[in-house]
Parts: sequence; structure tokens; C-alpha cells
Amino acid sequence: MADITAYKPFYSVLVLAFFCSILVGGAAVGLRPLQEKNKLQDRRMNILVAAGLYDSTKSVEDLFGNIETRIIDLKSGDFVSATTVSPEGFDQLKAAMSEELGQSLSKAEDIVGIRRLERYSRVYLVMDDNTVRQVILPVRGKGLWSTLYGYIAIEGDMSTVSGISFYEHGETPGLGGEIENRRWQSGWQGKKIYNQSNEEALHVNQKKDQVEMIYHVDGLSGATLTTQGVDNIISFWFGELGFKPFLTRLRDKGGRIDG
Amino acid sequence: MAETNRELLTNSILKRNPIALLVLGICSALAVTGQLSTALVMSICLTLVTAFSSLTISIVRFQIPNSVRIGIQITIIATLVILVDEILKAFFFELSKQLSIFVGLIITNCIVMGRAEGFAMSNPPVASFMDGIGNGLGYSLILMLVAFIRELFGSGTLFGVEILQLTTNGGWYIRNGMLVLPASGFFIIATIIWIIRTLDPQQQEKQ
Repeated sequence: MADITAYKPFYSVLVLAFFCSILVGGAAVGLRPLQEKNKLQDRRMNILVAAGLYDSTKSVEDLFGNIETRIIDLKSGDFVSATTVSPEGFDQLKAAMSEELGQSLSKAEDIVGIRRLERYSRVYLVMDDNTVRQVILPVRGKGLWSTLYGYIAIEGDMSTVSGISFYEHGETPGLGGEIENRRWQSGWQGKKIYNQSNEEALHVNQKKDQVEMIYHVDGLSGATLTTQGVDNIISFWFGELGFKPFLTRLRDKGGRIDG
Repeated sequence: MAETNRELLTNSILKRNPIALLVLGICSALAVTGQLSTALVMSICLTLVTAFSSLTISIVRFQIPNSVRIGIQITIIATLVILVDEILKAFFFELSKQLSIFVGLIITNCIVMGRAEGFAMSNPPVASFMDGIGNGLGYSLILMLVAFIRELFGSGTLFGVEILQLTTNGGWYIRNGMLVLPASGFFIIATIIWIIRTLDPQQQEKQ
């Protein structure tokens, strides 16, 4: 095993690196369509879970057929027509990064640590004739180690939570990772985001003396910072910069969508 | 004294278990043993990676220059681990989500490196492959044992199926909160090592 020439190490490392990169690259490219499909499927499943419509005996595609995807303008809270932005091709995270479709957030505004906010957002609607029965909103924000990506479903009164789910995060499994725990998520059902005077009231934390249970979700034990992250996510995405204009408008119209 | 392939396989499981005797690879043994299903997938992944990295390294062992051998071993191991990770993501998406970063961390698992450097570099391919499988199985045995104890008494379930009904679900069993936390893996592994070394005093370290 002695080194025959001084060039041998360089030469063998190069050959090895070449073969290994072909293998890794081949696998990454070859398997990407399957992985993307899984990811999309997983996201759709999480939307269904948040809305409480998930049924493991039926295919996700079928169930998702009842859900309407629309694009809204976050600032004005209006729907954006499909001709301006098509819901299928819209890449929300990319939009946040771009000059024309995103804006940077100031430190004071950016309590969720996402740096840039998009102008348009996808929303998912569960319709009953022309009335919205549930709205499912995509949210994201920093936890302890990672950005949490999830969905929150809101009922027709635009304040009551009907469910929550997280589909991507890198929190510690067993501690912060418990945000994926369906039992913890089920504790969100029936909580109200806004109080009677339309101010944000819902908080996720340790229970301190007198809080109304309807505005309180128990934090995860052993995951204080992840819980804080989730709390910030609620404050941000249901605030003025987030979906509040949209939800307020929709509620004023009695949940009706024309056309 | 050369061991037969069969001995290579079986000896690594009990007689010189990588976790119990060599105390290698315990980092992941703590992290993924909260549930049996994740422990099982981790065991399978690690066994495959150890076996095939040992095999590959053994095949090319005469071509590896001594000065860069660790780098080359790491590259081969990393390639295999990435392959496993990509395959999991494509075909077993749910599991890959649960294992998250731990699959990637197989690269740093001391068992894989240890067998590559300690055995595969100086032994023929088939023997190296068997040694890899044996060590992987030895690791798996301990992992499954720890996961069994932790999941049963920590969460009241086995493979996610409810065995002891928890008080939080209206049952009678008060979960042992400590077993849910990774640190409990330390105590369990320590106890297992103690038992094994008491039964087989040869494994005890000389004073």
C-alpha cells in the first residue's frame, strides 16, 4: 500500500471523487421527480390534515379536489385573478426573494425571522356554494434551529382555528419536533385567533394564571424556543402584515366570494 | 487466527458488539431510540452502509494511498449515505421525515469508519462485507433493545401500537417522562453493557 509516486494520492482522490459525484448526482437527478411528487403530496396531505378533512382510506388527490387554491394580495386582502398570478406555477418562497414580488422586512416587523415577505400568497378554500367554510393559510417562521413550515385552517367566522399542521422543520425530534404530534395539534381546535374587538389574542405558551382557555394553546414542554417560534408565527401571520386584511375583508363580506 | 465468514458475522453481534464492547456509535443510539420504527430504519440503513462501505473499501484497498486513506474512506461512506438518504426520500417519504438529520449523521457514525479503517483496509472483500453486516446487526440489536424499553415505558406503545394505555388517553399507565428524553438511552445502554460484561467477564477491561 506504499505510495508509489508523489502524484498517486492526488490521482486516486480525483478518480474517486469523479465516480462518487456521478453516483450522487445520478441519484439526486434521477430520483428528484419522485421526491418532488412526495413533497407535493405531503404538503397537500398537511393542508387536508389542518382542515380536518384527511381520511387515510381515500387518496390525497381525490380529497384535495374539494379544495380551491387562490392567490391573494396580502396587503389589500383582495383575491388576485388567476390571469395575473396563476396558482399552479406560483412559487411563494421564490416570490418573497424577488425584487418585484417581495419586500424586505424591518427588524421590528420581522418577528418570525423570515427577512423577506412576499406580496402575494396562496390560500386554500373549502367552499360551500359561494360561502367559505374554511380557509387554510400557509405560514412559516423560525423555531429554534430551523424554519417551520405549516398550515393553519380557520373556520368561516375567520377567527376560530379548525386545525394546524407542520410539514417541514428541523427541530429536535421528541422535543421541538413534537409540533408534528397530531395530539398536540388537535389541542388547537376551537381556539380563537382574534378577540371580540378583532385584536389578536391567541398565544402559545406555558399557562400563566388567568388566561381564557379559548385564547391559549399549551406550549410544548422541553421546547420553549420552538414554542416561542410558533407563538411568533401566529402573531405575525395573523397580524397586519400577514393575513389579517384578507380575513377581515372576507368576514365583512360574510365569507362570500363573488365569481 | 483467521475467523470464518460465519464467525465474523456472529461474533460481532454478541462477543464484540460495537456498542457494548467498543462503545462506538452511541450518539445515534441515543437519538433515534425513542421509537422502534425509527430505530429499525436506522438499523437497516446503518447495516447496509457499513456492509457496502467495507466491501467497496476492501475491493479498492490496494489502490488507496496510505496518506489519504481516511479521506477516501469518508468519501465512499458519504456517497453511500447520500444514496441511502435519496432513496429514502423517494420511496419512504414518511420515514425519511422522521429520521430527518440522523440518516446524514451515519457518515459520522464511528462504527462505519471503525470497521473501514480497522478491518476492511486489511481484509478481503467477502470477509469485510460479512464483518460489516455483523457489526451492523450488533448495533441493531442494541438499538432495538433500547428502543423497545424506551418506547414501551416512555410512550406506552410498540411500533406505534398502543400497549399500555396512557393516562393522557384515559388509561391507567403514567408514562415515564425520562425515557422519552434522549439521555435515558445512556442509562439503558450502560445497564446493557453492565449485564453483558457480567455474563461474559472476558469483555471486562483490565484494570
